[in-house]
Amino acid sequence: MSEIQTWTLVFVVLTFSAYIYIAYASRVNTTSGFYVASGGIPAPANGAAIAADWMSAASFISMAGIIGLAGNGYGGSVYLMGWTGGYVLLALLLAPYLRKFGKYTIPDFVGDRYSETARLIAVVAAIVVSFVYVAGQMAGVGLVFTRFLGVDTTLGVIIGMGIVFFYAVLGGMKGITWTQVAQYSVLIVAYLIPAFAVSAKVTGIAVPHIGFGSILDELNGLQADLGLGEYTAAFGSTNMLNMVLITASLMFGTAGLPHVIVRFYTAKSVRAARFSALWALFFISLLYTTAPSVAAFSKLQIIQDIEGTALSETPTWFNTWADVGLITQADGSPISDLAAETTLRYTDVLINNDIIVLASPEIGGLPAPIVGLVAAGGLAAALSTASGLLLVISSSVANDVYFKKINPQATEARQLLVGRIAMAGAIVVAGYLGINPPGFVAQVVALAFGLACASFFPVLVLGIFWKNCTAAGATAGMAVGLLTTMAYMLWTIDIYGNSDGIFGIAETGFGAVGMLINFAVTIAVSQFTTKPSPVMQELVEEIRYPGRTELVAKHAQGEL
Amino acid sequence: MDAQARKEYWRRNLRLMAVLLTIWALVSFGAGILFVEPLNNISMLGFPLGFWFAQQGSIITFVILIAVYVWRMDKLDAEFGIDEYEEEVHHS
Repeated sequence: MSEIQTWTLVFVVLTFSAYIYIAYASRVNTTSGFYVASGGIPAPANGAAIAADWMSAASFISMAGIIGLAGNGYGGSVYLMGWTGGYVLLALLLAPYLRKFGKYTIPDFVGDRYSETARLIAVVAAIVVSFVYVAGQMAGVGLVFTRFLGVDTTLGVIIGMGIVFFYAVLGGMKGITWTQVAQYSVLIVAYLIPAFAVSAKVTGIAVPHIGFGSILDELNGLQADLGLGEYTAAFGSTNMLNMVLITASLMFGTAGLPHVIVRFYTAKSVRAARFSALWALFFISLLYTTAPSVAAFSKLQIIQDIEGTALSETPTWFNTWADVGLITQADGSPISDLAAETTLRYTDVLINNDIIVLASPEIGGLPAPIVGLVAAGGLAAALSTASGLLLVISSSVANDVYFKKINPQATEARQLLVGRIAMAGAIVVAGYLGINPPGFVAQVVALAFGLACASFFPVLVLGIFWKNCTAAGATAGMAVGLLTTMAYMLWTIDIYGNSDGIFGIAETGFGAVGMLINFAVTIAVSQFTTKPSPVMQELVEEIRYPGRTELVAKHAQGEL
Repeated sequence: MDAQARKEYWRRNLRLMAVLLTIWALVSFGAGILFVEPLNNISMLGFPLGFWFAQQGSIITFVILIAVYVWRMDKLDAEFGIDEYEEEVHHS
C-alpha cells in the first residue's frame, strides 16, 4: 500500500466513523422528524446542510475540470453563475413562503395549492429528477474508491450504499441534516487547503482568489500559442445566446429542484428560512469562488508539465491517471501505445474533467495526507447529495403516494415504516445505477436542470404571487413546459436526434425557453378556468406574512 | 396587522425584491455575459473585469444581495410588529 493509499484510508475511516456516530445520535421515530427533522434545525447548520446537499460529486470533483478544460476558461462561467444565482431566486421568491405554507414536499405544495392531477405530475417529476442525480453520485463514490484505494468500483459503491443506508434509514432528515453538516466541513476543508497551498506555491500569494489574477496573462499567452484562444476571452466555446440561456436554465432550475426546496421546510420559522438561504449561499460561495482559481492553476501547470515533455519524463500524476485510462491520446487510445521517446503536445492529449480536483494536490506537488483528505472530501460531497436525494424519493413515495393516495388512514408508525422501506429500495436502485451507469447519465444530469426549470419554477412562483393562478392553468403549464423541453432535448442531443435545433440553442439551455412557455400557458389558461376557492385565495394571501396565522395552521393540519 | 398595514408591508416587500433582482440580473447576465467584452478592456488585479464578474464578482454579489434581503426584511418585520413567527411543523 502506497503512502497516499494509507492516508486516504485513514481519512475515509475517520470521516465514515464520524458520520455513523452522528447518525446514531440523531435517530428519529416520528414522521415529522423523518421528513423535515421536526423543523428544528438552526439556520447556520441548515445552511451548511443545504450547501453539502447541493454541492454534489459534480461540483466537487468535476466542476473545476469543466471550467478549465471543457469550457476553455470563460465558457465554464455558466456553471459558476448558474448554480449560485439560483439561490437569490430561492431566497427572495420561494423559501419564506413555502416555509410558511408548512408542508413536507414539493408535490404537497403543488397538490394542495392546485389539484390532485398537478400533484401527480409533480411526484413523477420529483422522482425522475432525483434518480437521475443520485446515479451520478454513486458513480462518483465508485471513482474515488477505485482511484485512491485501488478497490473495485462495485465494492466501492456497495460500501457507499451501506453508509448511506445506515444513516438515512435510521435518522431520516434529522440524521441526514446533521451528517451533512459534518460532510460540509470535510469537503470544504479538503477543497480549500490544496487551493491555498497551490496558490502560494505558484504565485506566492496564498489567497487563490487574488493569486488567480496574477497568472491569467501567462495562461492566456500559453493558450494562444497552442491555438486554443485566450483563457479569459469571451464566447470562445459558447456563443452569447447560449451563455444567457444555459445560465438561466441552471439558475431557475436550481430554484425548482425538489431536494433543495425541501430543505427550507426544515428551518425553524420563516425568518430562519431566510437565514438558511443566506448561510447556504455563503457556504456554497466558499467553494464556488475557489473553483475557477483551481481550474486556472491546474490548467497552467498541466500545460507546462505536458507540452514538449518526453513521455519517459512525465510527472507521476500523469502516469498514475494514464494508467487508469483517464488521460488518453486525443483519439481515445491509451497513452501506453506511444513510444517512450515521443514528445508530448498538450493538444494531442485528452484529460478527463473529473481528475482535475482529485489530482490537483499531486499536480501541485503537495504531500500525501492532503491527497487523502481530498479523496475523503470527494466522498463527502457525493454521499451528502445522494442522501438528500434519497430522502426526496422516499418522502415522495411514502407521503405523496402511499399516505395521500393509497392509505390515508395509515398510522404514523406505518408511514414511517413505508418511508424507510422506500428509502432502502431507492438506495439499492441508486447503487445499481452507480455500478452500471447508463451511457447518457452525465448528459441527463445537466438536462435535469432544464426539466426542473421548465416544470416546477413557474408553477411555484405563480402559486405564491398570483392568487388567481388556477389549477387547470398550472397543470397545463407544467405539462406543456415539460413536454416541449423534453421534445427539444431529444431532438437536439447527440445520442438521439443530434439536430442543430432552433437558432442553435443548446439542449442544456432550452429549459429557460420551456420556462417562458410554461409561464405563458399558465397565465393564459388561468384567464378562462375556474378561480381557486375563496379559502385558497385567502391562504395564498396569508403566506405573504411571516407571523403565526390560524388559517395556515388549520389548512396544513388538514382541517380545511 | 390590519388590511392597510398588510398592503403596505407587501408593497415594500415587493419593492425590495424588485431592486435586488434587478441588481442580480445586471451583475450576472449584464456584466458577466452581455457586456463582458467591453468590460474585459478594463483590468483589475490582473483580471479582465468582465471575466472577473463572470467567475467571481457575480457570486460575491449574490451573497451580498441575500444578506441585504435578510437584513431589510428583519427591519420590515420589526417595523410592522411581527415578532412571533410560525414555528409549528404541520402534519398533513
